[in-house]
Amino acid sequence: MKDKFIEKQAQKLTDGVIDRRKFMMSVLATGLTLPAALGLANKAEAAAPKRGGTFRYGCGHGSTTDTLDSGTSENHFTLVNTYNISNHLTHIDSDGQLKGDLAESYESSDAQTWRFNLHKGVEFHNGKTLTADDVLASYEHHGGEASKSAAKGLLSAVKSVKGDGPNTVVFELETPNADFPYIVSDYHISIRPEGDMTSGVGTGPYAIDDWEPGVHSKLNRNPNYFKSDRAHFDRVEMTSIMDTTARQNAIMNGDVDCADKVDLKTVALLARSPNLEIDETTGTGHYTFPMRLDVAPFDNYDLRMALKLAVDRQELVDKILLGRGAVGNDHPISATQAYHASGLEQREYDPDQAAFHYKKSGHSGSIQLSAADAAFAGAVDAAQLMAASAAKAGINIEVIREPNDGYWSNVWNKKGWSACYWGGRPTPDWMFSAAYTEDTEWNDTAWKTTDAAVKFNKLVVEGRAELNEVRRGEIYAECQALIRDDGGCLLPMFYNNVWARSKKVTHSGELAANWNTDGAKLCERWWFA
Amino acid sequence: MHPVLSTVLQRLGLGLATLLAVSVIIFISIELLPGDFGQIVLGQAATKETVAAFRLELGLDKPPYIRYFDWVAGVVRGDLGQSFSGRAASGQDRSREVAELIGPRLKNTLFLAGITALISVPLALILGISTALYRNSIYDRSINATTLTTISFPEFFVAYILILFLSSLNQWLPSLANVDAATPLDERLLRIALPVLTLTLVIIAHMMRMTRAAIINLLASPYIQMAQLSGASRTEVIIKHALPNAWAPIATVIAFNLAYLVVGVVVVEVVFVYPGIGQLMVDAVTTRDIPVVQGCALIFAVTYILLNLSADIIGIITNPRLLHPK
Repeated sequence: MKDKFIEKQAQKLTDGVIDRRKFMMSVLATGLTLPAALGLANKAEAAAPKRGGTFRYGCGHGSTTDTLDSGTSENHFTLVNTYNISNHLTHIDSDGQLKGDLAESYESSDAQTWRFNLHKGVEFHNGKTLTADDVLASYEHHGGEASKSAAKGLLSAVKSVKGDGPNTVVFELETPNADFPYIVSDYHISIRPEGDMTSGVGTGPYAIDDWEPGVHSKLNRNPNYFKSDRAHFDRVEMTSIMDTTARQNAIMNGDVDCADKVDLKTVALLARSPNLEIDETTGTGHYTFPMRLDVAPFDNYDLRMALKLAVDRQELVDKILLGRGAVGNDHPISATQAYHASGLEQREYDPDQAAFHYKKSGHSGSIQLSAADAAFAGAVDAAQLMAASAAKAGINIEVIREPNDGYWSNVWNKKGWSACYWGGRPTPDWMFSAAYTEDTEWNDTAWKTTDAAVKFNKLVVEGRAELNEVRRGEIYAECQALIRDDGGCLLPMFYNNVWARSKKVTHSGELAANWNTDGAKLCERWWFA
Repeated sequence: MHPVLSTVLQRLGLGLATLLAVSVIIFISIELLPGDFGQIVLGQAATKETVAAFRLELGLDKPPYIRYFDWVAGVVRGDLGQSFSGRAASGQDRSREVAELIGPRLKNTLFLAGITALISVPLALILGISTALYRNSIYDRSINATTLTTISFPEFFVAYILILFLSSLNQWLPSLANVDAATPLDERLLRIALPVLTLTLVIIAHMMRMTRAAIINLLASPYIQMAQLSGASRTEVIIKHALPNAWAPIATVIAFNLAYLVVGVVVVEVVFVYPGIGQLMVDAVTTRDIPVVQGCALIFAVTYILLNLSADIIGIITNPRLLHPK
């Protein structure tokens, strides 16, 4: 009881609800000695986020075609900017858990009708109070008939969105989806005031002061932000610094406080700088080499298996990611995610088995693998390493270096075997529906008609509606096994997000892994030490 | 007609023809690039329907020659058109005027080019004249060797070396030149110090060596020997007698380098994160934002034509035989 009280008081001091004097008085009253109480106060205050300062962020993305409409957000600059200016119904917190953002709570009894209860009294930057109508308008913008939002496909299963009083929104889905609260956390679907989806007015921690697409975004703190324990900087200045060397120079010279996408080859040197910290998270992002089953010879199970066994995954992690990543097991669910099938055996490099399957496939001659660094940095090198390891199994892979320009329109999802990256998705269902089910256009393996694929598609639909956690786990484990063994997905590695941070800036120590730089919410969560 | 006026008119007429040719070439080259704006913007997420929606909205479904003539008609009316970005994305039209997009970037580029020119042109002339004056001395040789060294390195290398010594090891100058319209002049000058230094090192050799060569070339002429025989000092001979006749080739080289400062400094812009027009054009090419690419190309072509024209005019004005033809 006493400990709990002290803990509570310490939390209050950390949050700034009470001052140091009040804290001391209250804990001394519990009979704690003075030195002990002083120690507690110091500890609580050290962890306390401090308000103030201008946070300068050097971002390795950004383009003159960027807009403030989150529906077209497609790079990390616009992603961070969206989180700066606006909120979503739910969000993934630093601990990786899904929590309400603008929604105070959400519930469903059948996974088909979802009720989201909004926080009361939330204000937009222009002073307007948030109501259910704004949410409805935002969802119309992203999911309506005429929508050009990238989230349109994601919301296709939404039958209707209705308000129920000023602070409740009710979603009716076509089919049950237990993961729907995750869907609404998608960064595209930010909530903006009715009638103004694109000017950058939102409820977010910072309000736009100066916005120059592809150059910078400068924002001032939103004084009426509805989260009292967030948004610690007075001002945020994001600069787009596309050149890696320029970005690393900027953080080394103190011209920015955080620089993302550091060069893995020099990160060890960067870490030696006395003023810098290197942060690293293993997320859901992964590199793949999809084989299309509608292109010969990849329609042959044994050939696919031979190629999967002919790849030395650890070598790729060591040489392409320089150790900053994890080996993949030919399915897209990372070991840090819920429902990861830990019971599946890790696929190892096995030239003998690969040669066995290759012989069984009856294929002869070279197999073409298209790669370009547009797919991911080091994709061509990775393809060469795969060709070398496959050669030991007697398989001849011919690496074709494709142009970066137009890679996504002309090579990926068209040629039989190519390199690709996926940022990953927060839930298995979302990941499967993005790239593996029969109805998605991004099914880059064209894995649709084999017996295993048919079974997989049935299981995904079943899992979506299943509210029983144990049963869902079983379903998803089986889905992962089906992709791993029968699918055309060759997934050798998951990459880490690595960025450099000035020691002047600090965070809670817990970093969200769903996106680079603390779930792309660094400006909301970090503070000056 | 006066020769200066006729040259100007003739060159402007030719310039217009050049502009037309440049715009056709640029337009065709962009057509030849794989992928269009819709596919590039949507990237991995491009589906048939969304790309088709983009094309329809941007008018990309029309045949290329119609789009080209639409654009030319707009330019003749002084309208560079609307950027593709922002237009197709939202329900309402939030795309920006190309002129509005290029305007601030062009100002930045001209500012950087102007400051660099203010420093490098006089410096190059002084060095060129003084090395001609003391040719084959140790001074001449060391200046020549130094400028040849700096021009021989690629500009990004010069930039990184300067950053290493002036901003990483000794934190004297900022390595980020991210200025905007609100940056006060003194801070702006400080921020562009390193880019200006880099560009000066890169362009000075060309101008300085041309000045030196042009003057030395003239020193062998009979009228210079006459001047020497009449007892003029070396300085007098060079400044008074040689230099006036050397302006034409020097002006040509200076014009060439100034044009380079406007159209060719994208590498320096990237290294120092300077929001200039080169970066804008590269961005526009990668996203196939044709109106912006056309706008930039037009400005670049105009820059070349005008600077070359002024070099020619200087050549005529400084040559009495051309200025007062029989």
